[in-house]
Amino acid sequence: MRYLTDRKRAVGKGASGTGTEHHWWMSASAVALAFMIPTWLYIVGTTLGADQQTVIATFASPFPAILTALIVIVGMQHFAKGTEVWIEDYVHGTAGKALKIAMHSLAYVIMATALYALGKMVFIGLLLGN
Amino acid sequence: MAEVKQVERPLSPHLQIYRPQMTSFSSIMTRITGNGIIVGVLLLVWWLLAAATSPAYFDFVNAIATSWFGDLVFTLSLLGVWYHYLAGIRHLIWDTGRYMDIKTAEMLGWVCIIGSVVLTALTLIIIHL
Repeated sequence: MRYLTDRKRAVGKGASGTGTEHHWWMSASAVALAFMIPTWLYIVGTTLGADQQTVIATFASPFPAILTALIVIVGMQHFAKGTEVWIEDYVHGTAGKALKIAMHSLAYVIMATALYALGKMVFIGLLLGN
Repeated sequence: MAEVKQVERPLSPHLQIYRPQMTSFSSIMTRITGNGIIVGVLLLVWWLLAAATSPAYFDFVNAIATSWFGDLVFTLSLLGVWYHYLAGIRHLIWDTGRYMDIKTAEMLGWVCIIGSVVLTALTLIIIHL
């Protein structure tokens, strides 16, 4: 027999098993993204289609580089945690766990690739004397 | 007394018996856009990587990113971003307990749909100025 009461096991958990932590994190990152997205869309939108030197010069400068890094770091975690919600609805058991791991992995690969590209463009920018 | 029982429960959205309506449609669209944006992100990050790699590689990826296919992916992603943006704000408002009545909730669904189209058009106009 267990000595934990039903209430003790249930408090703060809910269907997710982790209480409100996931929802709160999604809300907080959503607010952060909402502030950053419009400006970032403008930077990306006006740089797409430019020649390589302009692209490097743009993303090597402080504001676009830092903003893009923030978008990728916060956005990819928001994406990874967001996919958990539909996976929990439609895919169960081991397949669900595997899919969650795959989605988190994809998000981190994208994040690392973008940060590498940004870092290298900043470095090239320094060499070119921007 | 306090044993955990495993019960076979039905899957959460009962799509087979659920009449399509604005609230459910605008909710499922939040999911579809949130996940779909990843295609645009992949193309964009690939393009960033190419810009940081070499002129030849940049020419190759840039040709794809600025082709009709790239335009299609980025325009749909932009529409997805703005829809997800508005739907997300709707959820933040709902979390405060406001505008939960059916009439207002349905109206906010239309705000997300029409608003995302308007904001996409505005963005395209502004970045092409």
